[in-house]
Amino acid sequence: MILNRLLSNDWPRSRVLGAILVLLLLALAFQPFLIPGIKALNVAAKILVFIVLVASFDLLLGYTGIVSFAHTMFFGIGAYGVAVASARMGPGWGAIALGTLVALALSFALALAIGLFSLRVRAIFFSMITLAFAAAFQTLASQLSDLTGGEDGLTFKMPEVLSPGFTLSETPFLGLTIDGRILCYYLLFATCVVLFLALLRIVNSPFGRVLQAIRENEFRAEAIGYRVVVYRTISSILSALFATLAGAMLAIWLRYNGPDTTLSFEIMLDVLLIVVIGGMGTIYGAAIGAGLFLVAQSYLQDLLRLASGAVAGLPWLAALLSPDRWLLWLGLLFVLSVYYFPTGVVGRLRALRARAATSSPSPAAAAPAASPPTKSMQGDYVENN
Amino acid sequence: MNLKEFDWKPLALVPLLAVIVFPFVGSTSTWLTLTIAGLAMGMIVFIIASGLTLVFGLMDVLNFGHGVFIALGAFVATSVLGAMGDYTASASLWRNMLAVLPAMVVAMLVAGAIGLAFERFIVRPVYGNHLKQILITMGGMIIGEELIKVIWGPLQIPLPLPEGMRGTLLLGDAVVEKYRLVAVVVGAIVFAVLLWTLTRTKIGLLIRAGVQDREMVESLGYRIRVLFVGVFAVGSALAGLGGVMWGLYQQSVIPQMGAQVNVLIFIVLIIGGLGSTTGALVGALLVGLMANYTGFLVPKAALFSNILLMMAILLWRPQGVYALSK
Amino acid sequence: MNLLTLQGVHTHIGAYHILHGVDLAVPRGQLTMLLGRNGAGKTTTLRTIMGLWRASAGRIAFGGEDITRDATPQIAGRGIAYVPESMGIFADLTVKENMLLAARGARHARQMDEKRLQWIFSLFPAVEKFWNHPAGKLSGGQKQMLAVARAIVEPRELLIVDEPSKGLAPAIINNMIDAFAQLKASGVTILLVEQNINFARRLGDTVAVMDNGVVVHAGSMQALAENEELQHELLGLAL
Repeated sequence: MILNRLLSNDWPRSRVLGAILVLLLLALAFQPFLIPGIKALNVAAKILVFIVLVASFDLLLGYTGIVSFAHTMFFGIGAYGVAVASARMGPGWGAIALGTLVALALSFALALAIGLFSLRVRAIFFSMITLAFAAAFQTLASQLSDLTGGEDGLTFKMPEVLSPGFTLSETPFLGLTIDGRILCYYLLFATCVVLFLALLRIVNSPFGRVLQAIRENEFRAEAIGYRVVVYRTISSILSALFATLAGAMLAIWLRYNGPDTTLSFEIMLDVLLIVVIGGMGTIYGAAIGAGLFLVAQSYLQDLLRLASGAVAGLPWLAALLSPDRWLLWLGLLFVLSVYYFPTGVVGRLRALRARAATSSPSPAAAAPAASPPTKSMQGDYVENN
Repeated sequence: MNLKEFDWKPLALVPLLAVIVFPFVGSTSTWLTLTIAGLAMGMIVFIIASGLTLVFGLMDVLNFGHGVFIALGAFVATSVLGAMGDYTASASLWRNMLAVLPAMVVAMLVAGAIGLAFERFIVRPVYGNHLKQILITMGGMIIGEELIKVIWGPLQIPLPLPEGMRGTLLLGDAVVEKYRLVAVVVGAIVFAVLLWTLTRTKIGLLIRAGVQDREMVESLGYRIRVLFVGVFAVGSALAGLGGVMWGLYQQSVIPQMGAQVNVLIFIVLIIGGLGSTTGALVGALLVGLMANYTGFLVPKAALFSNILLMMAILLWRPQGVYALSK
Repeated sequence: MNLLTLQGVHTHIGAYHILHGVDLAVPRGQLTMLLGRNGAGKTTTLRTIMGLWRASAGRIAFGGEDITRDATPQIAGRGIAYVPESMGIFADLTVKENMLLAARGARHARQMDEKRLQWIFSLFPAVEKFWNHPAGKLSGGQKQMLAVARAIVEPRELLIVDEPSKGLAPAIINNMIDAFAQLKASGVTILLVEQNINFARRLGDTVAVMDNGVVVHAGSMQALAENEELQHELLGLAL
């Protein structure tokens, strides 16, 4: 069946999950017609970008077991590639293409270097090093102001077809005037779907299986004959390339890029949050997580504003519920998810389905237990596909 | 410890770096100023890093949220010093110390207490799982940072040096800030106390043994979990102290300072080797010196220079300069 | 009188079921040998006794008291000394520091029992020779001696030792056997996992043979030594 091949034989495996995914797809596909207004369109576009960004991170974290904080670096490279090219060469498809290609090449080289370097150091060191690298890269981007526009970033134009001023036709289609923005949105939508399906294909290929084997037991994988370093490096490179493309997508949409737009630590945290809440090692988790998270993020602040106003009489409570402190609540949600929801939404839904099907005890992790005195193999954090 | 067996090479890197840079700087007085500034910054960073390296080495816990204790200590200091205006306004160093010392003590107590809570509620449920630790401690840091914003507000708060600590001394031609010398002295005291505790007391012995083989220490009859909690609290308290000193060094505090210093701390730990106090000292001094030298010579490359330094060290010793044989 | 008893002890490590109901009795004042092929579950049994791995079922009693759910430090605190297969030597600490750690009652080296130390030095001269050197510098055999020395630096009721002669030269093994003979004579109860036949023959009072996670034979060493057929069947060798 076509759908089978499209999804690379990786079905949602839970009716609820499948339904949610279909809903998400339809919502994103028809968003411009469903909810008017620029804010909703922006949120939807951001969801599309983040689906690709987080799914590529899931490839690295969920499937290969590598914790890298340098992911936003590749995101930024993609965005800056398009930004610098469009700013320098003037708007046009040529600029987009060239910028993206250069960015991909740069990401390839950096990911290769990082992948090879990870051979020499322990996993813990590797994570810390990527953190340092990401911080340094952000500083670099704001310092190379000639190239990157420094702290202020770069504003640039897109080809005429994609700019807001362009209209496809004067007559509205289904109540909506199709202008450049909408066309841009659908370009992003198409790219997102293609890249998402590509990632599904990668993780379900023999290559993807080997990655999971390495994640489970690196030593054994090496002993069987798979050169772990090679697989890890390829995975890093693929993950970086997809992130770069996500960056390009964002730049095309925003027509602006600065150090904080793509390189900030907040974005890295958002990615982590999404992948944990959605479900690591599932790719679908990235989609669900991105949808949930970004909608919540945009509208949570409004919610907090209401709540804060309601308790204005108690200054301490009002301060805690202030919309500026939404990150506090997100942080709490994050911590609670890691404890109680380690397999994320996708994992939990799949486990429910499995439990309903076989009436055996759910494999999903329950409440946090005090650490047992055993040195035995820890319960798996990532759901086994 | 047998002195003949001690590995001097990493320790020698510190004066080596200072010497190598000298021809680039040119003048002796500038070099001296920069070196002392670097050592001072390094000492402050060491105070913060020392707690974390023990926590990691002993408990195998990746605390990516250590920065929250730095910020906490610094903000507590603003409150304490703010309330003791007449002591800080005085030009007498002794009267200043009567304000600064309590600020340090309170900061350490608060940070230590929060550290206990952090260990209990955030870290303990995820012992043994590095990935969860990274995620959860980061979450803990976000929560902590936001709570700081709730209590003290989200904006930068000045933390001016007390009168008696301001100003400079003249060492020959070199201009040296008084506070930097204070920082070096405090750092040296902390290092001495830590080293003495680790090498001359039974608790220190337990910590050093626990870093190598936790299971065996338990099999010998010691409740190492209790020790863990203690070390975590002390590590957090030290971070709090470091936060006070860092805040005074910058003369201002912002809620994000924890996350900013975190990156430096990680570089220090990687250079030094996880679990080694002396390694943390070497790493911190190198980082401090590097930051100040490049800040003068090539200002834009400051953070990158430390990363290059880290890479170079890893090429020499991939586990850090004083890696422990596990 | 049995100092240590195991009844129906099961141990799981992750998904793997290693011990399938171990019954073991260690009589007071005697040396009990735990024999068996590699992978039979001997080390797992010792670790379960010490609480390093938790028994999923069954009962472990020491001196009549139930220690099945106790934590490792508590178990050690009851007077059990454990010498693991890996020796558990702290390589970066000196020999002196290793010994001091094991001496729970002493806060400084000078508080350790001088007479006892002299006795230990007579058993294991290398310990005295390398007193102030990092333990990591010792040879394999010397480390093994240090591991045992550490276990006896203070009097303990029960010694649990896992393959002390593994990888040692024959001459050193004889030293080790002599040391254990002296220990036995001093009244210590010993549970010993060993593959070396000489150990079994010269020191063993009681013997238990394990296979596939259960004890398949238990009895006196003498009885086993006299029954060649049984020896072949259980161990494929002649005592």
